[in-house]
Order: sequence, then structure tokens, then C-alpha cells
Amino acid sequence: MSGEEFVPLSLTPLLIGIFAAVACALPGNFLVLRRQALIGDAISHVVLPGIVVAFLITGAISAWPMMLGAAGAAVLAVVLIELIRRMGKIEPGAAMGVVFTSMFAFGVLILEVSDTSTVHLDVEHALYGNLESLIWLDATGWASLFDIDALRYLPPELPRMAVTLVVVLAFTLVLWRPLKIATFDEGFAQTMGIRTEALGMGLVIIAAIAAVAAFDAVGSIIVIAMFICPPAAARLMTDSLEAQVMWSVIFAITAAITGYVLAGYGPLWLGGNDAVSAAGMIATMSGVILALAALFGPRRSRTGAPSEA
Amino acid sequence: MLELATEQGKPLTEMDLADSPLAIRGLTVSYGEKPAVFSVDMTVQPGSMTAIIGPNGAGKSTLLKAALGVIKPLSGQVQVFGRPLDEQRAQIAYVPQRASVDWEFPTRVIDVVVMGLYRDVGLMGRLRKQHISRAQACLARVGMEDFADRQIGQLSGGQQQRVFLARALAQNAAIYLLDEPFAGVDAATEKAIISVLQSLRAEGKTVVAVHHDLATVAEYFDNVFLINTRKIAEGTVADAFTAETLQATYGGRLATAQVDQLALALG
Repeated sequence: MSGEEFVPLSLTPLLIGIFAAVACALPGNFLVLRRQALIGDAISHVVLPGIVVAFLITGAISAWPMMLGAAGAAVLAVVLIELIRRMGKIEPGAAMGVVFTSMFAFGVLILEVSDTSTVHLDVEHALYGNLESLIWLDATGWASLFDIDALRYLPPELPRMAVTLVVVLAFTLVLWRPLKIATFDEGFAQTMGIRTEALGMGLVIIAAIAAVAAFDAVGSIIVIAMFICPPAAARLMTDSLEAQVMWSVIFAITAAITGYVLAGYGPLWLGGNDAVSAAGMIATMSGVILALAALFGPRRSRTGAPSEA
Repeated sequence: MLELATEQGKPLTEMDLADSPLAIRGLTVSYGEKPAVFSVDMTVQPGSMTAIIGPNGAGKSTLLKAALGVIKPLSGQVQVFGRPLDEQRAQIAYVPQRASVDWEFPTRVIDVVVMGLYRDVGLMGRLRKQHISRAQACLARVGMEDFADRQIGQLSGGQQQRVFLARALAQNAAIYLLDEPFAGVDAATEKAIISVLQSLRAEGKTVVAVHHDLATVAEYFDNVFLINTRKIAEGTVADAFTAETLQATYGGRLATAQVDQLALALG
């Protein structure tokens, strides 16, 4: 494929897909180790009522109010989950289940009763996003990457997702040590003066930011898959947290690229003529990678697993 | 006067509280409606080894965690060398219960010991050669130097406990608080751990451990602290570890014959 065709049509969706995948996979590593992986699932569901409420208030589908609405809903959900978990003294999975199903249901309900028929806001869109439409028609080739005029018409999702990735990356790098210590041994971390509750809250808020930004660009299906599949597959490749995070990034990028290419060309190779959803295919590829890691990963046999677990 | 008796038999004045490595006053902790620890005072003697003893669910671990600030108490104060705990955290090293963490966590033995150096290394500071060699030395002290690069999930229970002790040694503190350090470990590990703890005491450090095995209390420890939600007794093994205090602590849970036997063993 030439630059003339690749840059306007495929470069931006591909980059957005990669950034979204990595931004979700990074915090996913810690969430999986803390047995909170479902929080990605929870967040991607609860953003729906936030977006609908933001739309009802502003009356338009525009990025920032919806992002704010989604972020507000995500933060509300995270706080509710923590409250229910601590006050009800129940396991996090149950608290998440209660919060995200009821908030998602509430979102569907207000979507139904409010008049959103004039705009493109529906449940399918929330699930799959529309990665393929995030094209850069002003680009004429690789040279456009240095052309200020053309760059101005980049799909806004790309810089937004890039900034999100930088924020997630900075959080992970700066707080690496406390995150590692607190994830392994929360009580010990507290005696070292690490504020584990604030750290845990920070982690889920970072996850929420990644989820909301990715949701806006690519829909919730990628978010749900990327929080869990690349980190889980990476855990099967190594016994070192540092290497695990590296592997999860490699897996996330691999899933984004292969998923995007297969969605666009796979059906043609098979004799069909329509492309399938890129988001769906990227999520599927992350699942395939996890399956392969589970079958062939070097650390798939858990040597020290306690027998009672 | 039992509770404030020092080893010399002199009563302890309030002035001495400032010298106590760990002094707890009026500590009450509650998880639900029933308090787990109720209005407990504790004064740990400097350079001593103290066993916290009591039946299951008596609040031993809770007392320890509250002393560490891991659990927020309903009321009460914790003072470390006469100053509030928050200012003195660096003085305390902690060995949690082995079962409290997931040993499947992807990390190596040496990485766990390095966690004990967090205060020295800092948030973003470089991990230097001297840090690594300090961690190695701590591993050597518990006899685990050959396991530095092992995945922690591959260790036996006793080896895991030694790694936790090595991590506490890396904290280089004045007070060592241990939560059931001998639970489920092999005899060799128990010996290794107790000899490390005794060497800490010889260096003038203070050791407090939640302990389960009544038979080894007199052999391992100088002082005891008996608790069953409320404090039952505190003092030297000779003064406070008696048939009466044990009966008061364990009630019907400890067979009278067992108490008599222990009392006999104690002379």
C-alpha cells in the first residue's frame, strides 16, 4: 500500500487503535494482579449514562461535554464501588457488578425516554465505536506529517488518545515503585508510608481516564478486552513484573495492528467483500493472543500455586 | 503493679514512657459492632523480645496492625520512642503474615527484599549497587543468599517467611513487629528466624511478635503480652506468663491439664 493511500485512510485509525490498546493495557497489568480487572468492564459500561446526560444538558454531540460526562460517571462509579466495598465489606467483584449493571441500565433507560433520535447515539456505537471512520482526508502522503495545514485536520481523537497515553505512561513510570509494593503487599506498603488507598484510587482513576478516552475513540469493546487480555497473556510469558508490562504493551500493539488489518482485508481474502468491525477484530485478536499464551506461554504452569487456591 | 514492672522489678514511671520503643494507650479497634481490641495499654521494653499471646480472634494481629498504623483505631494513641507514630514510621520494620500476600506475584526474591529499601531509594531514585548488596546481605543473614533470583512462587513456606524477614531487615529499623513468624514453617526456618531475632536484640533492637506456640514462649521471649480483646497481663515471662494469666486469657479453650503442664515446665 502506498503512502498516498495508507496515510489518509489507515495511519490515523491504526495509531488511535494502538494508543487506546496500550493506554488500557498498562493500568490493566496492575488491575489484573490486584484482582480488579473487571473495573475496566465496569467503567466502560458506566460511561453510557454520563454521555447521555451530557448530551441532554448540552443538546449536541460534541467531544468535550461528552468526555466530561463520561469521566464524571466513571469517577462516580469508582467512588460508589469503593464505598460499597468498604462499607458493605464485600468483595470488589460484587460491588462492581452492582454498580455497573445498574448505571448501564439507567443509561439505557434515559437514552430510551429522551429524544436522541435526531443524533447518532446508540448502544451499538457505544460498543464498537467507529475506528474506520477516523480517517485523515487532508493527508496526501507521508509528507503530510510535516504539513501544518494538513495536520490541523487530523481527527481530534488522535491527539486526545496520544495525550491520554502520555498521562497513563507518566503515572505508571513515576509511581512504579509504590504501585509494585502496594500491589504485592498493601499492609507492608502502608507501614512504609505509602498512601495505598490514594494510590489504589489513583490507579482506578487513571484506568477510568484511559477507558473514557478509548471509549470515545474506539468504543467499549476494545476497552474491556485490553484491560484484561494483554496483561493476562503477558503474565504467562514471564515471572517479572517489569517484563510482564513490556510484554503486555507488545501484545496490545500486536492485537491493534493485526486486528485492524484483518478487519479490513480478512473478509476480502476469504472471498467476501465487506470489511468487519475493526474494534471487534482487535478485541478478538487480543483474545487469540491470550489463548496462544495460555497454550504455549513459558509460565503457564503455576509452579508455586497454593493447592487450596 | 504487674503490668508496669520492669525487669529490675522497679515500677515504671510515666517519664520512662518516652524511652519505650512502643507505647500504646487506650487502644480500641472495631471491625463491626464488636470491638476486636478494647482499651488496651502496652509498654514495650527497649531491647527486649515480647510475645503477644492469645486465642484465635483475640485481637493479636489487630493490635499489631494498629500499632503499625495499618488499621485506624476507634480511639487510643501509639507512641514510638515518645513521639507520634506518624513521625516515627522509619523506626518500625514489619513482617506480615505470610498468607497475607499472593506469592504468585511476578517478582523475584531479591526484588521483594529491595522493597524494604523503599525509604532509602525513594520514588524515582536510582537503585544503586550498594542497595543491591545491602539486600543481598539481608538475604544472607536469613540463609537465603542462594535464592536471590528465584521466582517467589517457587519457595517453600519457610523460605517465604525468611524472605519476609530479610525484607524487614532491609528496613534497618529499631523495632521489629512480626505477625506469626513461625506459623507453618519448618524447624530449620524456625531456628534460623529465632537466631536472627536474638541477634537483633543483641544489637539493642526491640522485637515484638504475635506468637502461637505456648511451649516455646519461655525459651524464645523475655516478655509476654496476653490479650483476649482486653489486656490480660503484661510483663516478664516469669511474672506474667503463669497458669492464672493463661487461664484468664484462654478460658475454657485451654485445657486445665495443659495449663498445669506449662506451669510445671515454667517451674
